[in-house]
Amino acid sequence: MLLGPVVWVLTLVICYFFLGHYWWFPPPISQHGQAYDQQFTATLWVTGIIFFCAQMALGWVIVKFRDRGGTAHYSHGNNVLEVVWTSATAVLFIGLVLAGTRIWAAVHFEDAPADALKVEVMTKQFAWSFRYPGPDGKFGKTDLKQVNDQGGNPFGIDDKDPAGKDDITSASLKVPAGRPVELIMRSRDVIHNFFVRELRLKQDIVPGMEIPFHFQADQVGTYEVPCSELCGLGHHQMRTTLEVMAPADFQKWLQEQAAQK
Amino acid sequence: MAGSLTTEIVHGPPPPPTRNFGGGDGEPGGRGAHRRASMTGLLVLLAASVMLFAAFTSAFFVRRGMSNDWVDTPLPDILWINTAILVASSFAIELARRTLRSGKRAAFDRYWTAATILGVLFLGGQYLAWRQLNAAGFYLATNPSSSFFFLLTCTHAVHLLGGISALGYIEVQALLLRLGPGKRTAIDVSAYFWHFLDAIWIYLMALFFFWG
Amino acid sequence: MSSPVVHPAHHAPTGFIRRYIFSLDHKVIGIQYYFLAVFSVFLGMALSVLMRFHMVYPDAKVSLFEKLWPTGAPGGIMTPELYLSLMTMHGTIMVFFVLTTAPQSGFGNYFLPIQIGAEDMAFPVLNMLSFWTTFLALMVMVAAFFVPGGAPLAGWTAYPPLSAVGPLSGPGEGLGQTLWIISIAIFCGASLMGAINFIATTIDLRARGLSMMRLPLTCWSWFVTAILGLLGFAVLLAAGVLLLLDRLAGTSFFLPAGLLVNDQILNHKGGSPLLWQHLFWFFGHPEVYIAILPGMGVASQLLSTFSRKPIFGYRAMVYAILGIGFLGFFVWGHHMFMSGMNPYSAFAFSILTMSIGVPSAIKTFNWIGTLWGGRIQFTTAMLFALGFVSLFVTGGISGIFLGQPALDLYFHDTYFVVGHFHMIMGVAAIFGMFAGTFYWFPKVTGKFMNETLGKIHFYLTFIGVYCIFTPMHFLGIAGNPRRYADFTNFDFMGKLMPVHTFMTHAAIATMVVQFIFLFNLFWSIKKGKPAPSNPWNATTLEWTIPSPPPFDNFAGKHPVVNHGPYEYSVPGAPKDYIMQSDPA
Repeated sequence: MLLGPVVWVLTLVICYFFLGHYWWFPPPISQHGQAYDQQFTATLWVTGIIFFCAQMALGWVIVKFRDRGGTAHYSHGNNVLEVVWTSATAVLFIGLVLAGTRIWAAVHFEDAPADALKVEVMTKQFAWSFRYPGPDGKFGKTDLKQVNDQGGNPFGIDDKDPAGKDDITSASLKVPAGRPVELIMRSRDVIHNFFVRELRLKQDIVPGMEIPFHFQADQVGTYEVPCSELCGLGHHQMRTTLEVMAPADFQKWLQEQAAQK
Repeated sequence: MAGSLTTEIVHGPPPPPTRNFGGGDGEPGGRGAHRRASMTGLLVLLAASVMLFAAFTSAFFVRRGMSNDWVDTPLPDILWINTAILVASSFAIELARRTLRSGKRAAFDRYWTAATILGVLFLGGQYLAWRQLNAAGFYLATNPSSSFFFLLTCTHAVHLLGGISALGYIEVQALLLRLGPGKRTAIDVSAYFWHFLDAIWIYLMALFFFWG
Repeated sequence: MSSPVVHPAHHAPTGFIRRYIFSLDHKVIGIQYYFLAVFSVFLGMALSVLMRFHMVYPDAKVSLFEKLWPTGAPGGIMTPELYLSLMTMHGTIMVFFVLTTAPQSGFGNYFLPIQIGAEDMAFPVLNMLSFWTTFLALMVMVAAFFVPGGAPLAGWTAYPPLSAVGPLSGPGEGLGQTLWIISIAIFCGASLMGAINFIATTIDLRARGLSMMRLPLTCWSWFVTAILGLLGFAVLLAAGVLLLLDRLAGTSFFLPAGLLVNDQILNHKGGSPLLWQHLFWFFGHPEVYIAILPGMGVASQLLSTFSRKPIFGYRAMVYAILGIGFLGFFVWGHHMFMSGMNPYSAFAFSILTMSIGVPSAIKTFNWIGTLWGGRIQFTTAMLFALGFVSLFVTGGISGIFLGQPALDLYFHDTYFVVGHFHMIMGVAAIFGMFAGTFYWFPKVTGKFMNETLGKIHFYLTFIGVYCIFTPMHFLGIAGNPRRYADFTNFDFMGKLMPVHTFMTHAAIATMVVQFIFLFNLFWSIKKGKPAPSNPWNATTLEWTIPSPPPFDNFAGKHPVVNHGPYEYSVPGAPKDYIMQSDPA
């Protein structure tokens, strides 16, 4: 019988920590992030109420119907109740998914806007590289045999391709605020994953595939990027940053990088 | 259940129960239930094998559709002969079972032996086919199509080895004159498994002929 | 009420080897599986405590580590690669050798034949082979620890290319990964053998009067679980074979062109890492239902027995088991929302995933409905069944977040996922095993387990697992990725260390508490209070035979079933229970 109150206490403690936001999302930095948080909150309320009611009901029946002599109520069930709570569950659960579809569609069904800044991402065990097309707006061809990590050419930009001469390589991702960005993601060896908490976005990076992924960050700041797909012994060290810069600062940075070439 | 079969041979068959075919909503004991359980068991085994080949097939089509390095594997002519051998062996098995029903033990022995030998010949022919492919420069890792060819034919061959072991067991029982009525189920299960392998082979031939 | 004696399936065994080692008796085989799982769960738990320790004290020098793993822990400091291999083996051992053995092949082997009135499984020799094949698989798996390079580090999910390119991608990826694949392949074979037996036995060997809709829910769970295993493990075997060929034979099923691993350009062409994920998760999702369905069956059985009430909505429960089993084959893509697969298929998988929540909810409502109006007896077995319900709710509810691809955009590969699957598999399913142990121990041994020790173990474990696994959801919300050896490289993770420390302490304490159970188990075998043949006044057929049962269960007789499995507190009946084989 003690189990009833134990379940209640555990439930209340858990609800307390969920309501108190002790360990929580960082604030979102994009419209997608805000939409995400709304969907999360809706799901949290629905599941939280179900969680609370189910655990409380469990605790209650444990206490109320403990054996005190007497007879149990012989019943094989109640079809009406079955239909009601089954339908309610189905409506709620599927409703939640449908509500979230807009968010999923915005990320994956729609292409990046035409004016998006294109950046290539290259992952390897255990480092990130990013490439900007430079003033000519074109990415140079790459050749695996010309990869030279120590020499600053992680992409293996082909030195015979003139379009690659002005490509800008960076170890961290710098983007201008308020402008759509399209990442073209590649991996050299195993599966990695690009995750920015503040953007509420992540995407696996799969060898053999070039995966486009677009977002728009609206708030200036530097945000940590932890690799989020097990990639080997350095997985926990595979860190980079997303630096969202004011558009003028970003232009300045691009020009500085171009000038060094 | 191997135990009960040998027990029957040693002690004679059990006294007939009041109901002949039980199990399910009837009796769980008796030969009827054992036969039905063996058939169910066989069906389960076949389902698993179908899933194995289905998984390989889906991998086949995914791989075929996604890369431009697919080069069709030329089917060595001997494969057609092998196919005929396997189909013939299935016919032999069926003839064996028919003659057993009429009680003609000697005819059964002949047909069953023929089927077993044809099965072994099939395996030999498969080996020759692999060698011929090797000679033409197709190995396991040469290209995706050849990978699947060797993978699928090898998987089939492993299954067939199991089938030949079953045929061989019955063969030995027949030669030792131990094929009592209790062995009927074993014979039928082996026969159905063999026909299944035949069907899988024809499926694989079609797969490679049309898409491989 | 019995029928004429029919020749037994096999004679009473003589000799130590035949009785206890290579036994054909489903009861002995069930016990063998059970102890294989007990060994495996303590091994798996030890690995997890080592993991949790390292996450919180990554620079600790422990001389024991250096003795056990000279290359993996030089100077006594655990390297990240050692951490990852411990993690890989923890997951693999727990999922396969604990959750896929004891609930199904342990309890199911022992009690399915008895609950349906049969004297053994349909194929006793195959049954024996299935156990020893599982044992062989375990030996091969454990061997991976001892080969050069050690155990693999690619996780229990073994995604290529990490798992497919050999030692280039990391230590342990050589022979260790190969042995892992071989062990899993052997395990697939063993599973298939078990499935053949369970399905044929359930369909063909039921007692007279025992229609499918009079089967105890335990039998329904074992039956559907066997079907899931039959269809799923064959696909895992296919995937394992393809992976082995990529590793050893130079094929390119999963390996694309353009790989540069560890400064080496590889020659593969045109394969797809996603193909592995599809094949693996096509197995992997039914696998998690294989892990939980038997526990649900046990929970239903015990909740009914110890409330002295029929199960609420028996038919709905059966349909829910069938629904979960069936739908379970169509949702594998929810493990792959972020994988780069077609986003439209992600949407389809998501709808189906939410649909599985429905039969699961039905079961939960029905369990509570069973308790409502009951006369609840709080035996240790019942406490674990009640705990199962609570944990199933907690674990299942986080699935509602993960099943939405929109939300998975953040939660994939974070501790939110780790919390979810541990709650549901690592705890709820385990509680199902504990419940079954306390419930059936008197039948197997003729003695009771100690109730005081049982209750202490229960409460400490129940609170302990909530303390270990609930905080993981908060870590996930904070964005803490999973499969990280330590959290020292990221600023945002530093703030989360107190949560990790709390979880580590809870994990160590809870592991220590499990020794109470282990002591109780072994001590009671020798010194437990004697138990009658039906100590719980339960209705199903195992309670009609002596404890422990005779070698052929029903002593040559065949029971006839006249009642459903949960006829408790029937108005007008002389006792508050009617056994299934009581006169009509």
